[in-house]
Amino acid sequence: MKNPHELIEKNVGLLTVLILIAISFGAMVQITPLMFQQQTMEPVTGLRPYTALELEGRDIYIREGCVGCHSQMIRPFRAETERYGHYSVAGESVWEHPFLWGSKRTGPDLARVGGRYSDEWHRVHLLNPRNVVPESNMPGFPWLAENTLDGALTAEKMEIFRGFGVPYTDEDIAGAKAAVQGKTEMQALIAYLQSLGTHLK
Amino acid sequence: MSMFWTIWISVITLGLIIGCYFLLRWCLSNQTGVPEGESMGHEFDGIEELNNQLPRWWTIMFYMTIVWGFIYLALYPGLGAYEGILGWKSSNQNIQSLEESVQARIDAKEQGKLVEYDRELDFAAEKFDPIFAAYAKVPVEELAQDPEANKVGQRLFLQNCSQCHGSDARGQNGGFPNLTDNDWLYGGSGAKIVETLTLGRQAAMPAWIDTLGEQGIEEVVNYVLSLSGRDVDPQLADAGKARFAVCAACHGVDGKGNQALGAPNLTDNIWLYGGSHKAVTETLTYGRNGVMPSFKNTLGEDKIHVVAAYVYSLSNDK
Repeated sequence: MKNPHELIEKNVGLLTVLILIAISFGAMVQITPLMFQQQTMEPVTGLRPYTALELEGRDIYIREGCVGCHSQMIRPFRAETERYGHYSVAGESVWEHPFLWGSKRTGPDLARVGGRYSDEWHRVHLLNPRNVVPESNMPGFPWLAENTLDGALTAEKMEIFRGFGVPYTDEDIAGAKAAVQGKTEMQALIAYLQSLGTHLK
Repeated sequence: MSMFWTIWISVITLGLIIGCYFLLRWCLSNQTGVPEGESMGHEFDGIEELNNQLPRWWTIMFYMTIVWGFIYLALYPGLGAYEGILGWKSSNQNIQSLEESVQARIDAKEQGKLVEYDRELDFAAEKFDPIFAAYAKVPVEELAQDPEANKVGQRLFLQNCSQCHGSDARGQNGGFPNLTDNDWLYGGSGAKIVETLTLGRQAAMPAWIDTLGEQGIEEVVNYVLSLSGRDVDPQLADAGKARFAVCAACHGVDGKGNQALGAPNLTDNIWLYGGSHKAVTETLTYGRNGVMPSFKNTLGEDKIHVVAAYVYSLSNDK
């Protein structure tokens, strides 16, 4: 072999393989150990699974793309905890699949929005945010008040989450459809929002 | 973190740094088969690639990053469970409850650990706690006269209260009360405002459609509107007066309300959910359940005191 550098530079396939190996070291150190850590797998003392209605609300949160503008991750800086409350800890997210920490804040962080406003405020705000916050640039979501849930898939969703290790009981799953049927998407989303961050007690 | 993962992380991390060193050494030796400084054999437009060594300044910087890597890993927690010579960490993550969070802070301080977040809190406490402690000693009514305290209170108000009550504190239609008109649902003394902020409030106006029926509601609406001197159908209002007994339980026989229950005064033409015929009909038909959240955990006692003074000042210092 005259020039080993030439071997790598002139074989794109080999170069790709070697790059992947180099990158994988980072993942092996940064990601793999976290999957086996007590503190990332143990729920906080007050954690409970989402109710059927909250779970549907969470899906609406995902569907409407709320995560694009709202993070759910309070970082351990005083500037954040003064505004949002205690910083987020790993044990609060153990049953989140996928987690909705987000990475962009056009609007405020929502990790502890639960209980911060009244249900009525959320309703008015979701219909048209400018009715309560004049300078807001958040879009209104008036259709949420019109669409009703049929609950056809709720039980199945809970089954899937149980597969991920979320402790839903058989009764939870059996009563899922009845718990959400006829409720509006607005009610589901507000129920979800009001639950956020309330489990770290 | 278990021993296995600590070793796993340490071996890969340190191995890679050492590997980088040997890779650099190897690259510095001539592997091309072409003598130093001579042409590599390709030329384009008169520009030739010569077989030169890596630049010295660049090589030295590479060595320096390797040395820095070892120093950093010795000082800071980078290798699994190893905590680093400085004992530094960003925050106490290993907690299951707020109680444990408080305890972790105390423990870290006792063990002399450098928790960055705790240091930030300590720094702020040193700076701001004496100010809030001094304010806490002054009664709300008196503190409301202090322009400096009101500036602080206003900031906190804008941050925490304006979303519902508006940045001018005039509230908004739909159940968010005006705080500047000296008309109080639960009482406007300093102590009552503090109570409202600390515990929150839950209003409970029931729906009357089942009890009164549509006709009954129409009558009562006419009577209620007449209480604040509005033009109504006198016949309906008279009939409504007879039915008002059920309302009087909370709003009083004269309709002047009851602050112990948060029942609004119906005679002053100030309306929380709108005073139009339609809005009052809706209120009576479906009921109203306004909620003021508790700010006990969000703001804490001392800040609530200052916010209460600001709110008090809005309708009392004129």
